[in-house]
Amino acid sequence: MRDVAVISFSQLLVDKAEANDAELVMPVVREALGRAGLQKQDIGFTCSGSSDFLTGMPFSFVGALDAVGPWPPIEESHVEMDGAWALYEAWVRLQHGDIDTALVYAFGRSTLGPIEDILALQLDPYYEAPMWPDATSLAALQARALLDSGRLSDSDKKKATAEPPKIVDGAAAVVLASGDRARKLCSRPAFISGIDHRIESHLLGVRDLSHSVSTEIAAKHAGCFEKSPTFAELHAPYSAQELILCDALKLDKQVTINPSGGAQNNNAVMVAGLIRIGEAATRVSNREADCALAHASSGPCLQQNLICMLEARA
Amino acid sequence: MSDAVKLFKAPIRLEYTIPAGRATSRFCRGLASGRLYGQRCPECKKVNVPPRGACPTCGVPTEEEVLLPDSGTITTFCIINIAFAAQALELPYACASILLDGADSTLFHLIQEVPVAEIRMGMRVRAVWAENKLASLEAIRHFKPTGEPDALASIEGHF
Amino acid sequence: MSDVLTAPYVLEYTYKRSTGPIIGRFFSALRDRRIEGVRCKSGRVLVPPQECDPETGESLSEFVSVGPAGVVTTWAWEADPRPKHPLQTPFAWALIKLDGADTALLSVVDVPTESTMKSGLRVRPRWRAERIGEMRDIECFEVAT
Ligand SMILES: [Zn+2]
Repeated sequence: MRDVAVISFSQLLVDKAEANDAELVMPVVREALGRAGLQKQDIGFTCSGSSDFLTGMPFSFVGALDAVGPWPPIEESHVEMDGAWALYEAWVRLQHGDIDTALVYAFGRSTLGPIEDILALQLDPYYEAPMWPDATSLAALQARALLDSGRLSDSDKKKATAEPPKIVDGAAAVVLASGDRARKLCSRPAFISGIDHRIESHLLGVRDLSHSVSTEIAAKHAGCFEKSPTFAELHAPYSAQELILCDALKLDKQVTINPSGGAQNNNAVMVAGLIRIGEAATRVSNREADCALAHASSGPCLQQNLICMLEARA
Repeated sequence: MSDAVKLFKAPIRLEYTIPAGRATSRFCRGLASGRLYGQRCPECKKVNVPPRGACPTCGVPTEEEVLLPDSGTITTFCIINIAFAAQALELPYACASILLDGADSTLFHLIQEVPVAEIRMGMRVRAVWAENKLASLEAIRHFKPTGEPDALASIEGHF
Repeated sequence: MSDVLTAPYVLEYTYKRSTGPIIGRFFSALRDRRIEGVRCKSGRVLVPPQECDPETGESLSEFVSVGPAGVVTTWAWEADPRPKHPLQTPFAWALIKLDGADTALLSVVDVPTESTMKSGLRVRPRWRAERIGEMRDIECFEVAT
């Protein structure tokens, strides 16, 4: 595997954005590029993550591209997911070896529409979506399953709740660079020592909601269990989910969870996962940690999970 | 027993409140007062209309507003001959991309007051404004030919 | 006050979904007030049925009758139903494992108060009077007596 590192990060969270998509993305892209000392023509590959349903405008990600100057056409791609999965695609693209830099960004104007109805559209369309269950009710089903599992201590039982997260608008950008290029551009790059993602069934009743099997397998393949992260940034919009993730990741009490405050207070949909990677990388780059863990999630009740291990290297 | 189920209805209805963004809001307020504003890129100096707050070539914010005339040249067009559900105009009618004088990107609007068969690339047109101007492109009812000679050369690179 | 304009916007799609043979048969059975699952090679019975075995990917076709009663495996109280929800009075979302099934079905339970709900509660379906072959032919579940 080729060494790839996060070399800069920028985020913008607002209660309610007045900007259009390009105006929202522009400041974070410019700040992330500026911190890396790069200009748009220095970037080998650009990948973005967002969901058109948040604004109700098909192909809205095309308009957001104006923020990076895509004309004449640049090499870019988009995932209809949280930006953490765009980062995964960019990491794979950097493994090809012919380019050294990639720009990843995510944006979510999550407050424009009926977010609970919008999130219901990611459910199984035959058996579940026709009842329009909201994400918070489904998270409560998961919290109840965890409480009923009998695995929780009394103090954790108090945390096993599904209070709805605060939904905000936001954007984030990350610059990735490979090996020597990363060392040239950044005094202490946060190298990705492992990254993996796994998904579980669309049908909630097939899953054991009290366990996150996909997190556990992704963590194993990302090398999480051979490392000792100082910090873990977990994309858990609901506090019961944080308990499930800590269990799957076998995090002990030494690990500081969500020093940034996490996604419960600032859930910018489609952005919050990429922010977890940016936050964890920043802890490594600013010497607060030699190793940090980042997790991103997608779908109802932690359906899909991505683990990204970040570390400093000599 | 009745036939096996093969289809079911799964309608979606989602209601949003969309902020237009800063650049589009300024453009729409201009339309309400009968003016067309573009934005000039600080780097390549091109004037984009409608403005989006960013230059698609340079990837930089665009702040400088440029008042444009309401005349321009058709770069390309299409004629609508087929009826559809939300159709508001009598068939056939034409839509065109219009390069306003002084702009570097095109605006999409209706072409009327001319038989559709006479519409062509390079044709000179001018906006016909509505009496009650909304803060939207509906402030312009349509564009109509000015009668000036065609200006094919002026739209080079905009086809 | 901000000078940014806002506008109401409605996104509406009148989708019709094709069911395929497995979901189509399940929905046809609902129309007849019956619930069917599908059996995997391992013997597990999936309800609602899936076209492929989630563990092996093999096509599935052996239907078995299940329920109609079953038990709640987990639940969440909905104090403030929205217009799109199956019931308009407070209810419980629930995963329900029907008798003879190995997986649970997402549905709602009509009970007067939250205190009635518990995991392990036995429930049975209440059928919609006009059934057309879709998920909501099961109006809700209610406590089995
Ligand atoms: Zn420019």
